[in-house]
Amino acid sequence: MKLKKLAAVTTAAVMMATPVLADLMFPSLSYRTGPYAANGTPVADGFADYYTLLNQRDGGIGGVMTRVVECETGYSTEKGVECYEATKGDGALVYQPLSTGITYQLIPKVTADGVSLLTGGYGRTSAANGDVFSNVFNFPANYWNGASHAVNHVLDVNGGDISGKSIALVYHNSAYGKEPIRTLEELAAKHGFSLSLLPVDHPGQEQKSQWLQIRREKPDYVFMWGWGVMNQVAIQEASNIRFPMENFIGIWWSGSENDVAAAGDAANGYKALTFHNVGTNFPVFDDIQKYVVDAGLAAGDGSNVGTVLYNRGLYGAMLAAEAVKAAQAIHGVADITPAMMRDGLENLVVTDESMEAIGMKGFGPNFAVSCENHGGPGLGAVQQWDATAQSWNMISGFEPSDMDVIQPLIDADSAAYAAENNIPSQCN
Amino acid sequence: MLYREAGDFKTSYAKDSQTFPIKFDRWGYWVIMVIAFGVVPFIINDYWVSAVLLPFLIYAIAALGLNILSGYCGQISLGTGGFMAVGAYASYKLMTSFPEVPFFFHVIIAGLITAMVGLAFGLPSMRIKGFYLAVATLAAQFFLVWLFNKVGWFYNYSASGQISAPERTMLGYAVTGPYASASAKYLFCLVFVVLLAWIARNLTRGSFGRKWMAIRDMDIAAEIIGVNPLAAKLSAFAVSSFFVGISGALFFSVYLGAVEVGEAFGIQKSFLLLFMVIIGGLGSIFGSFAGAAFLVLMPVLLKNLLVGTLGWPTDLAVHFEFMIVGGLIVAFLIFEPHGLAQLWRLTKEKLRLWPFPH
Repeated sequence: MKLKKLAAVTTAAVMMATPVLADLMFPSLSYRTGPYAANGTPVADGFADYYTLLNQRDGGIGGVMTRVVECETGYSTEKGVECYEATKGDGALVYQPLSTGITYQLIPKVTADGVSLLTGGYGRTSAANGDVFSNVFNFPANYWNGASHAVNHVLDVNGGDISGKSIALVYHNSAYGKEPIRTLEELAAKHGFSLSLLPVDHPGQEQKSQWLQIRREKPDYVFMWGWGVMNQVAIQEASNIRFPMENFIGIWWSGSENDVAAAGDAANGYKALTFHNVGTNFPVFDDIQKYVVDAGLAAGDGSNVGTVLYNRGLYGAMLAAEAVKAAQAIHGVADITPAMMRDGLENLVVTDESMEAIGMKGFGPNFAVSCENHGGPGLGAVQQWDATAQSWNMISGFEPSDMDVIQPLIDADSAAYAAENNIPSQCN
Repeated sequence: MLYREAGDFKTSYAKDSQTFPIKFDRWGYWVIMVIAFGVVPFIINDYWVSAVLLPFLIYAIAALGLNILSGYCGQISLGTGGFMAVGAYASYKLMTSFPEVPFFFHVIIAGLITAMVGLAFGLPSMRIKGFYLAVATLAAQFFLVWLFNKVGWFYNYSASGQISAPERTMLGYAVTGPYASASAKYLFCLVFVVLLAWIARNLTRGSFGRKWMAIRDMDIAAEIIGVNPLAAKLSAFAVSSFFVGISGALFFSVYLGAVEVGEAFGIQKSFLLLFMVIIGGLGSIFGSFAGAAFLVLMPVLLKNLLVGTLGWPTDLAVHFEFMIVGGLIVAFLIFEPHGLAQLWRLTKEKLRLWPFPH
């Protein structure tokens, strides 16, 4: 009896939640709650604000209004599935789930359903091989690029020779944290440094033993693949054992204001990678202030504008919007379908001119996507935290990674996936 | 008036001991079966299956399993998430190692493997009970998750430690993988649920169930009247783990398609299942279903109501969801400490007397 009543009310609720309008729908599988909320919120805000800006300033993309449908996942894969199923029939163009776990789950599903998945800077690295992963894109950079960027930075600092050095990887003990290990092992063999692995279990509040080990072994450098509260704890622990911060390098998910704030001045000099620029010194932020914040339309409480993760959400939204423009140009239709969106993503070209046109010149690297390469060239930069000025500063340009090492790994991993799932070549 | 024993004469022992002694219940059971098998598969879509029905069915199997152990045999277990992981990883290894064997048998074998692991972790129950046993099973939870994270063989040495279910078919229809249709996945799980619920019901009212309940109610007394505690406790652990293993296999292969052990089978899963059993009603088959339905459907329903219909911000809705579900759990346990199953029992008592209560 109770079941039937529940079911009836649920049906009614689902029915009512489905509007019929011609628009470009961007699902936002966000997490503003749960252990990773501090990092998920700014990303979701940046994502939503960019589309609000496009609607308010330009009247959508190519004359069609955009619509962001947020669905709370709490970083949980079960809720991620629910969100995907709830939004996919609604004309969703491209999913950006901001979770490697959810990405793994969605990769086969989006391919079967003909929707696209854009996982900039996370997800399955070998999805860069578009010949196997037709509907998955992970430009502008992936974890293996990141691992190489970090090693390249260490090489730069040491004048190109790091043989005999030791590097410790502190990582979130999940699919996300394990991704760079294979690349780092290859790079360790190539450059002659020793690598030690220190997993940290979800959610990462307890890291005493890992940092005790670091204190004992005294590695020359520590890399970190952390997320959420794990980052703050790690930076605090590093300062507790007086580990030199300039030798502590985080992936792009471990380099936001939230992460360094807790450690205060002790976090000064901490480095993190990034694949887009920092700060608000771009014309697009003037427009966001004018059309979104001042108009009272900012997502969330509007306090995150210009933070690292806000910029990342903004950047992801911008790339999807640019891909819509590309798709509109290819197909000559303004109200594009998910299949057209896939073509747009695959033919996306980001240049100085295109970035300048949207007021974001120099915000991210230039790159072009192709059928074979869904990952772009994998350019990345290093940023450093200045605790006195309370700001992240870029200390390098967008530089390439060691594709000689990474490309064979991508080919091998994607070939294994193709063989497991009987996927024919997509590009020939 | 409709719901009564009067006039329903039992003329044989089989009839006397049937599961549903009241005609109305028997009819209700068959109507539900016909609807579940004959109507639902034709009207469901991906959302209904992936967000509502599959989690409900799969959690119901796990709750049945835990109910056998905790509700019927009185052994508290906090290792359910770990045992689900055993089922999931066993099915993954079987699916990838023996692709030619029908998937149905993989699920059964995954359950049997989990039963053996459950037996091993059930051994401490010979010496310790109550909260101390709960701690021992907690060790199983952490050990199993650690094991599946640590040893590459279990996830076929994939770069990220994720396991992904390849496509497998049943009678020509895909039941795992992205191309499996909604109704195929639903029917596949439904068959397991009906089968296992039938087994659970008949085990618990037979000699096994009586032994378990005797152990639960007072183990020393049970031993004196001739119940072998070793056999009773270990059989409860084995049967319970078999159920939980099957639910873990289905959870991974049919429902999610890809899992990561720490995220999907962590300690929070063990607690969720324990809550299902407690809210549904310890020692009740119906309670396992009611508990699973309550904890799976309630959040989805509230989400659709608050976000979909009322248009609330998603984070506010989630916070309210926690408060509402939490409040309901507290209220239920205050007004009916024996769970939803007891509520249902009382309703039936009242229905029998209706419309002339004394």
